[in-house]
Amino acid sequence: MKIIIAGNGKIGGMLTRQLSQEGYDITVIDSDREALSAESERFDIITCEGNCASAATLREAGILTTGLLVAATGNDEVNLLCCMTAKSLNPRIHTIARIKNAEYNEQVYGMKDIFAISMAFNPELQTAVEIDRLIRYPGFLKRDTFTKGRVEIVELKIDSGSRLCGKALSEIRGIVKAEVLVCAVLRGGEAIAPDGRFVLQAGDRIFVTATADNLSAMLKSLDIYTRKVKNVMIAGGSRLSVYLATLLAKRRVDVKIIEKDAELCKKLSERLPDAEIICADASLPDVLESEGIRSCDALVTLTGMDELNVIISLYGNAAEVPQTITKLGRIDGTAIVRDLSIGSTVNPGRVACDAIVRYVRAVNNQTGAAISLHLIADGHVEAIEFAAENGTLHLGEPLRQIRFKKNVLVAWAATSCSS
Amino acid sequence: MNYKMVGRLGSFILLFEAFFMVPSAVLCFADGDRRGGFAFLITIGIVLVLFGALALLSIGAKKGFYAREGLVTVGLGWVVLSMTGSLPFCISGQIPDFIDALFETVSGFTTTGATIVTDYARLSRGMFYWRSFTHWIGGMGVLVFLLAVIPLSGKNEGFAMHILRAESPGPDVGKLVPKMRRTAAILYAVYIVLTVVTIAAYAICGMPFFEAVCHGFGTAGTGGYGVLADSFAGYSPAIQVAAAVCMILFGINFNCYFLLIMGKIRGVALDEELRFFLGMVLVSTAMITINVRSLYATFGETLRHSFFQVSSIVTTTGFSTVDFDAWPAFSKVILLILMITGACAGSTGGGLKCARVLILLKGIKRNVSQVLRPRRVQSLRISGKAVDERVISNTNAYFAAYMAIIGLSFLLISVDGFSVTTNISAVLACFNNIGPGLEAVGPSLSYASYGVFSKIVLILDMLAGRLEIFPILVLFAPATWKRR
Repeated sequence: MKIIIAGNGKIGGMLTRQLSQEGYDITVIDSDREALSAESERFDIITCEGNCASAATLREAGILTTGLLVAATGNDEVNLLCCMTAKSLNPRIHTIARIKNAEYNEQVYGMKDIFAISMAFNPELQTAVEIDRLIRYPGFLKRDTFTKGRVEIVELKIDSGSRLCGKALSEIRGIVKAEVLVCAVLRGGEAIAPDGRFVLQAGDRIFVTATADNLSAMLKSLDIYTRKVKNVMIAGGSRLSVYLATLLAKRRVDVKIIEKDAELCKKLSERLPDAEIICADASLPDVLESEGIRSCDALVTLTGMDELNVIISLYGNAAEVPQTITKLGRIDGTAIVRDLSIGSTVNPGRVACDAIVRYVRAVNNQTGAAISLHLIADGHVEAIEFAAENGTLHLGEPLRQIRFKKNVLVAWAATSCSS
Repeated sequence: MNYKMVGRLGSFILLFEAFFMVPSAVLCFADGDRRGGFAFLITIGIVLVLFGALALLSIGAKKGFYAREGLVTVGLGWVVLSMTGSLPFCISGQIPDFIDALFETVSGFTTTGATIVTDYARLSRGMFYWRSFTHWIGGMGVLVFLLAVIPLSGKNEGFAMHILRAESPGPDVGKLVPKMRRTAAILYAVYIVLTVVTIAAYAICGMPFFEAVCHGFGTAGTGGYGVLADSFAGYSPAIQVAAAVCMILFGINFNCYFLLIMGKIRGVALDEELRFFLGMVLVSTAMITINVRSLYATFGETLRHSFFQVSSIVTTTGFSTVDFDAWPAFSKVILLILMITGACAGSTGGGLKCARVLILLKGIKRNVSQVLRPRRVQSLRISGKAVDERVISNTNAYFAAYMAIIGLSFLLISVDGFSVTTNISAVLACFNNIGPGLEAVGPSLSYASYGVFSKIVLILDMLAGRLEIFPILVLFAPATWKRR
């Protein structure tokens, strides 16, 4: 299938990488020629210079033969215009638009047909939802749910003091006293599909799948802190901070936002009546200390700079904040941050990218498509939920007689009533 | 330098070469040329052993393939291809001297068509077939073939671009469709279809089938090896006209054919390079026709010979119907200029390429207007589109390197004591991948009389000309082999 990606920013670039590696024919539209030529050297794609919202550029990019368009520029209005133009040129096209301004939410979802968008995505909002989920159920670095919440895959880091450190995987069930399955291990940036003899080391990140009850049992036996989070400190007053503060305020969690820019602080205090807005530089230890970093339950670093987020999170970790969540962009998944104690990491681009990849696969493969797809272990491993329907291959055969490809693991089979 | 990845690609080149040699071996045995047949079998054996060794050494190749690796792969790949490709000539004893055989093979792969063969009766049909087939492989490029056939993408994403850029001629190489593999496949499909059309045209016009195939390969790759000592002189006028037209077809940018298939006729009609190329052919033919009108009996014959020679030289093929060395100086200089301009970018022809000539000429015009009105900001346009400044400066640099190499080679081969005209035309004819030059290397003579040193210089010239200089130059640059 041919896909046009309009806007070669953070999310556009990430999508280009993911989708071109999956074998789709990608055309990237952007107005920056330099960036485009760099992009075409890195990936097997074609580029087109111009304004993605203009009919001429879209035609040049081959809109008529394209199956799907992702408008991912930084400008909501351009994205909408791009989708409308594309749809009128090619009525069969699927359009995905990035809408980051929450003020548009109502009309975007209510007037989908008029704007001609098949799907809208808001990376900041989706990330805020994910952070909120991590805070609501603390204890894990990352958490993906399947079969409507009955099964989960969670990420745990093995510290040198952990009771799992140095143990073989076959012993784990005995140690944690719960029915759990380790489906992947991330060691030194590489994903490993382990068997029972695999021995865990300090620094490994393991991906465990189990039902929610078994996971809580595991947390308890590993002495991982699971107290309910009552107050959260947010560093940085971005759009994402606003979404997160709103979500947290709904659950009556106390929120404190530290933001340097005085003008921005004023706006924040107008928009967020329940949150406490502090106008100060969150990268200063004095500020963090005086604002009570040692007494908060969770620290979320959401400034615009990765480096700053990492440093504040490291400080929070040193100050023994029970839960830290760090927003990363550029340096996510790189060796620099792999071994740092910065708690959970979230990446708005990644979140949006996963959602779009899921949609693209569904469009491309209407039958037998994955119900949900989650990329885990820094994107090295895919967790996919399939429906076994009439027509699915190997129906009625016992699992152990089916020959799977190497490194494929069937972890769960859910029926309509129980797991 | 990612040696393993370069090695892996090199091993594929060898594997393909072994396959390509099979028809020649069969042909040799069929004709009773047992020595030639065994020469091919031995060579295939050697190539396969090399392939195995390289394939084993390159196990566990990692990611990390950049412009440098692309250039080195192409440069080394072509050297290895030529070295091994020359073995059948040597082993069979039909061209006993290794440097001569190498010259002949490089001349084949680079689609030059400059030959050291003086006695055409010594070569068997299998050898002729191999000689012509090297043109066909070299025309579009063996690595482009590799890109079309092997699914190399996946982990090493953008790397195919570096190879296409290093092997395909032209100032601004781009893809036709998003996937490199399909782009390469489309290019080869166009190439194969046009080749079949050419061979059919020759056969219909009355050329014997084997000769039609060999000449078809020579035309497609814009090479110029024939199977007869007098090239196209002995064929009927119909064949000569067909050949002249077919050569022009292969001198046109293959993207134009793709656009035609896609129904974008307007885009092709407005293509400035194509117009420039065809206009140049038209004007040159007219001028030469007027200049040589006293040499031939009828106007038709004059026009035919002029058109054939212009078509052959401008596409850098090198077939001939008459000894143009006997033409007046004016016509010869026109041909020398056509040698330099060459065919369109993205065709199988060589030379400087019309696209570059256009950029250079327009650059001069822009510079003049800038001298007169320094504040004026003006972008350089080709086919109505502004050309990237980086492409312009690359073109200027390319032209400088081009002139420097011509100068240096001219100096180096002058030690052999031939006339200035012979030497400069030999350098131009080899470096621009044409074949025949003037005087002692004219269409009716060969390069056999040059010494070993000059032949090596000319071999390097042919490679540098076909690969557009930089893939060969980087092989000599110390920075290429330094650790990153």
